[in-house]
Amino acid sequence: MNKIFLIIQREYLTRVKKKSFIIMTILGPLLMSTLLIVPVWLAMRDHEEPQKIEVVDDSFLFRDSIPQSKNVKFIYSEITIDKAQEDFYQTDFTGILHIPSNVITGGGAVKFYYKEQPGMAVEEYIKSNIEEMIYNFKLQKSNVDLKTIRNAHTSINLITEKITETGSTERTSTGVQMTMGFILGLLIYMFIFLYGAQVMRGVIEEKTSRIVEVIISSVRPFQLMMGKIIGVALVGLTQFLLWLVLTFSIYTAVQPVLFSGVNKEKLQKEMVKEEVFKQGANLQALKMDKPGLYDNKTYEAFDAFKSIDFVSIILCFLFYFLVGYLMYSALFAAIGAAVDAETDTQQFMLPITIPLVLSFVMAQTIMQEPSSSLAFWFSIIPLTSPVIMMVRLPFGVPIWELALSMSMLVLGFIFTTWLAARIYRTGILMYGKKVSYKELWKWLFYKG
Amino acid sequence: MPNIKFMEIFSAKNIVKRYASHTALDDVSISISKQNVFGLLGPNGAGKTSLIRIMNQITGPDSGELFFEGEKLNQNHISQIGYLPEERGLYKKMEVGEQALYLAQLKGMKRAEAMMKLKEWFEKFEITAWWKKKVEELSKGMQQKVQFIVTVLHEPKLLILDEPFSGFDPINANIIKNEILRLKVNGSTILLSTHNMESVEELCDEIALINKSKKILDGSVKDIRKTYRSNTYEIEFKGNMLGFTTAMWAGAKLLDQRQDGEINRVKVQLLGSNTPNDLLQSVMRVSEIQGLHEIIPTMNDIFIAKVGEGNSVEAQTSLTE
Repeated sequence: MNKIFLIIQREYLTRVKKKSFIIMTILGPLLMSTLLIVPVWLAMRDHEEPQKIEVVDDSFLFRDSIPQSKNVKFIYSEITIDKAQEDFYQTDFTGILHIPSNVITGGGAVKFYYKEQPGMAVEEYIKSNIEEMIYNFKLQKSNVDLKTIRNAHTSINLITEKITETGSTERTSTGVQMTMGFILGLLIYMFIFLYGAQVMRGVIEEKTSRIVEVIISSVRPFQLMMGKIIGVALVGLTQFLLWLVLTFSIYTAVQPVLFSGVNKEKLQKEMVKEEVFKQGANLQALKMDKPGLYDNKTYEAFDAFKSIDFVSIILCFLFYFLVGYLMYSALFAAIGAAVDAETDTQQFMLPITIPLVLSFVMAQTIMQEPSSSLAFWFSIIPLTSPVIMMVRLPFGVPIWELALSMSMLVLGFIFTTWLAARIYRTGILMYGKKVSYKELWKWLFYKG
Repeated sequence: MPNIKFMEIFSAKNIVKRYASHTALDDVSISISKQNVFGLLGPNGAGKTSLIRIMNQITGPDSGELFFEGEKLNQNHISQIGYLPEERGLYKKMEVGEQALYLAQLKGMKRAEAMMKLKEWFEKFEITAWWKKKVEELSKGMQQKVQFIVTVLHEPKLLILDEPFSGFDPINANIIKNEILRLKVNGSTILLSTHNMESVEELCDEIALINKSKKILDGSVKDIRKTYRSNTYEIEFKGNMLGFTTAMWAGAKLLDQRQDGEINRVKVQLLGSNTPNDLLQSVMRVSEIQGLHEIIPTMNDIFIAKVGEGNSVEAQTSLTE
């Protein structure tokens, strides 16, 4: 036991002291907080240079009536399009909008000439406004009252509520659950791949540097393997924690500076949307204080958020995160032991990556139907359950399914570790031999 | 006469180890006496490494028993055995000192104790300046020194050295040789596996020769060399070569002759029950004898003869099949 602790300590310290670890630890939160800040900032920011557009309206229908906006100004002129084009560069117009006379019949195309490509938003703005004006114009021509049409449009708000067995109702919002499940599943997926591969590389390093035989004359191969797996797991957890702490410190530090003086109300709404997935509990309190600040949508998200049991989700996440990693990294260690160089790992990586990638791809479908039998089976099978169960959890999963899935995962972990240990102890002493699956199979039955 | 059990530090009895396609060790038994240097010899692929790994409890035998100081071999003995594998290396990115400490602690040493001993050894091998360097910055010979230090640091009762001289220049190989002898004097027992037959003669008290998974020869080096004497002598004389050969023809066979100035050197093998005296009597009349000494076969000769014998038998049987 003392020796396995020594191994864990070495594996942990050598990795944590590496430059790449320190760089990743700093870069990670920078990237993540950029991901959090940039969308908000983009939404907040005053748009690009206002467009000043010369309108040449041959149909005379739109004169002075296309709605102006903050970013798009229309100036109507009475010259021909040819003249306008000719003089374009002598004017300060950013674009010329040419509306042909037969636009109403749908015969002529509306053309927009520009010096510099305008954004999608500007094009969309022009297109939809002209369309709407033609629509209204035609309705009027057919003596349809515009008000009647408007009243006929009804916008509804679909509120989903789950009735639990005890009869109480919970407000849910699939959007929140989806995002949350997806993020948690993604984290597990990334963690297994990143740190599983580190275990594999560590084993290959020991094998190619030929130190492994020295070490296993002092400790059992199983101790060396488990020491490495646990050491790397601790490195992963450390990095994960540092990322969380750093991301939020950067986020909280940068946000007041960046957004000072910007439209407060709008900003807060955006912020809520961002943070609703991160700091649900705190925000509920916030919401109670200033209910007036948020629109209906946000309310619903909060209610849905409140219905998610965070403590059990976090506990489940930690469980699937760790046991899923342990199960996979044992297999990664076995692969590392079976090969001589990282380039040889391809053929053995496939059976590991397939269930992982599959579960990640499946996650999209599972989110749509979190209670389907497909979702059930994939969240029970140990190789896919860490990702799939995380996707399903926020939607609510029956206790017995969760218990079954967890026990299956623990069994899966015990099985892969047993399997890996047998391949490992033979593989690490095997040099210069191209190993096949048949060979691996034989290794399973070698005696001590 | 001391009790034979007491003298023995390690023994392996009837060890069999099979892999899927071949038998690595077939009923091999060895016994290593205390404070001896024991040579484990054999051609490549004979099964030496398999036996050594079993002795280190890296793998287990399919059948057979192992004893350390009369006790059945178990995990507690790990700290009393030092092992320098043939395929050896160090973590390339780790600092030399830190790594040596780590490996010593894995053998069960306390950190402070390991630190103290390491300092002594590093000074002795003149590599103190390298303590903070990464292993990848060291030359191969330097790395070998570190590995040797780590193997002997915990003062094991039994040292298992697999090709310890490979990678050393003659000067450093000599340092290691002297260290091995010093360790022996201080009470350690050493198992030496090597292809270098000169060092076997120089260092080993006993040997076991393994070929094709079987032990084909063992015993003390002196006895083995005596057993394999072929009644061959080298004689130096002044005088006529033709006269010499004519005089000795009946009782001996001429193997080799060389002339060095006025001195002639011949190698002869005595036939039948002839003794060197008989030979001298017959040649003394025609030549002036300068010297005579017996040629005892080297371990190299014995190795080649024994292993070659096994191979030629095999070749014949496979031909007749």
